[in-house]
Amino acid sequence: MTHRRTVLSGILGLTLAASAGGAALAQEPVKIGLILPMTGPFASTGRQIDAAVKLFLAKEGAVHGGRKLEVILKDDAGNADATRRIAQELVVNDKVAVLAGFGLTPLAMATAPIATQAKVPQIVMAAATATITEASPFIARTSFTLPQASEPMADWAAANGIKKVFTVVTDYGPGIDAETSFAAKFKAAGGTVESVRVPLRNPDFAPFLQRVSEAKPDALFVFVPSGVGAQFMKQFVERGLDKAGVKLIGPGDVVDDDILDGIGDVALGAITTHHYSAAHDSPANKAFVEAFQKANPGMRPNFMAVGGYDGMRLVAEALKETKGDADGEKLIAAMKGAAWESPRGPIKIDPDTRDIIQNIYVRKTEKVGSEFRNIEFATIPNVKDPVKARK
Amino acid sequence: MLTILFDGIAYGMVLFVLGCGLSVTMGLMNFVNLAHGAFAMLGGYVAVAAMQRLGLPFLASLPVAFLAAALVGIVLERLIYRPMYAKSHLDQVMFSIGLVFMAVAGTDWLMGSTQQFIRLPAWLQGRFEVAGIGIGRYRLFVIAVCGVLAVSLQWGFTRTRFGSRLRAAVDDARVARGLGIPVSRLFALTFALGSGLAGLGGALGIELMGLDPTFPLKFMIYFLIVVTVGGTSSITGPFFAAMLLGVADVVGKYLVPQVGAFIIYALMVALLITRPHGLFARART
Repeated sequence: MTHRRTVLSGILGLTLAASAGGAALAQEPVKIGLILPMTGPFASTGRQIDAAVKLFLAKEGAVHGGRKLEVILKDDAGNADATRRIAQELVVNDKVAVLAGFGLTPLAMATAPIATQAKVPQIVMAAATATITEASPFIARTSFTLPQASEPMADWAAANGIKKVFTVVTDYGPGIDAETSFAAKFKAAGGTVESVRVPLRNPDFAPFLQRVSEAKPDALFVFVPSGVGAQFMKQFVERGLDKAGVKLIGPGDVVDDDILDGIGDVALGAITTHHYSAAHDSPANKAFVEAFQKANPGMRPNFMAVGGYDGMRLVAEALKETKGDADGEKLIAAMKGAAWESPRGPIKIDPDTRDIIQNIYVRKTEKVGSEFRNIEFATIPNVKDPVKARK
Repeated sequence: MLTILFDGIAYGMVLFVLGCGLSVTMGLMNFVNLAHGAFAMLGGYVAVAAMQRLGLPFLASLPVAFLAAALVGIVLERLIYRPMYAKSHLDQVMFSIGLVFMAVAGTDWLMGSTQQFIRLPAWLQGRFEVAGIGIGRYRLFVIAVCGVLAVSLQWGFTRTRFGSRLRAAVDDARVARGLGIPVSRLFALTFALGSGLAGLGGALGIELMGLDPTFPLKFMIYFLIVVTVGGTSSITGPFFAAMLLGVADVVGKYLVPQVGAFIIYALMVALLITRPHGLFARART
């Protein structure tokens, strides 16, 4: 199922390179190996990031720091063995200067040793378990971490009269990250927390929601991967929990912009904390969303897309800094501390942890016209990943 | 507690409709069809398309899902399944698992990889309480539909001419043919019925289980458990197996969420150790 596509036509790239100066013309393009789940259960992540990467090259041009960026897209179908093998091939055969993508935590983790050995920067555009950036000194992240998105929720809940929270998370890395970081912060603020973990392959949420309904909490904190989030929301409402006065809170994955319109009315009123909403009110985001939707009719950019877009910008910025030198160590050094205005707001790559520092927004799902949107109403500026910040 | 029992029964009912089609093809026709889930997915997608593109109401989309899956079942039976009947079970497994992968990739390409959604009519949404038991309207609807189906299937296979001819054809196709029973037409019809049931189950299950291109792989294990535990020689077997598993899964996850995912497997192992041929198996000769 692995397919490859070179993204930009050589002709366009060459004319651009020629205009950028004679020195660049002599140089080979900088190859970026983009590994994404383009098929399988996580294909929506892959499609969003792929679309965003193409958009970046179309909008910002392919030449940065005098070098042309060339993207080699590979599909790992969300399978860690495949990711590792593809990464190896990209490094050895295609001589890529950067590895990028990584839809899920295990995929990023499986590739980390290759990045370390080959001294090739690994840009994590999606996977969100906090520890990923510690797996290799060559990893930098442009997505987010779950504690980064979950802890502000604890502050918000405590400040808004919520005392008793029931957490329901999917039983895997990101879910556990979300649960533990939220619970620790919320308990420290004086709240009480009860928790259940849902198996990754779980067809029916009825038993877990029944527990919630009997515990009668003030709020239900939920993290499930975005696809099944829709199922979860429907059953939450079916069980009448919304009418019983239980608030639905959590990081933004359950109200993913990509499927929010499909979830529909049941999502209304959910309060989430996240780093990106397609409704983020800034000129940079308006331009981004408009261009994205023009290039991909019927799709709305979500938090995955913005991670892919900024991942490309990170490579571009680093190349400018090294004046086109694509040596792995120089690139990763240039990435540390890089900062710019992203569609999600101001962001910076932490020079110490190589993780992203960004604003986290508190949002409420509302209906705007005929569409459903996550409307931001409060900002927590410059949030570092709290797990690493405490170390 | 009774609420959770009710949820478990509804869930078991959907498992039954999904799985009984498989026990029809696998048990009655002695054909291992792992691609069963693909027919369920087809039914689900047809229901989604019927509602979203054609604007059909939910109730009308259910028979459409059944018919579409049955029709595709007939065509595939004629074209590609028939030559496989005489092959070994291993060949059948390889063949049908191949079909599953094709169905997954094909659906991904045709319909996109995202979750599909339907909107239920208002009278099926929400829940009411009877004597302290919270009853979801949709779950009640599912129980009703599946209950009627279970009874009529059982009746159809044991009390009608079609049923007795079919059982004769399965037990000894050669003799049945000699008696003038149109064996291949009977098999085609049965296969269509099995596929149609899968399609109906897929459509009913969208609201409870979700629908995306990985559906046949994600739920294959559940169909197989229902059929293995229930045995393949009757309708009552899979019915009680599906009930038992649905209730055990839901109640288990409710009472001990820490080990919730394993209860269904532990139960299967326990049942298969005590009754290796399934709950109500008659000895196969």
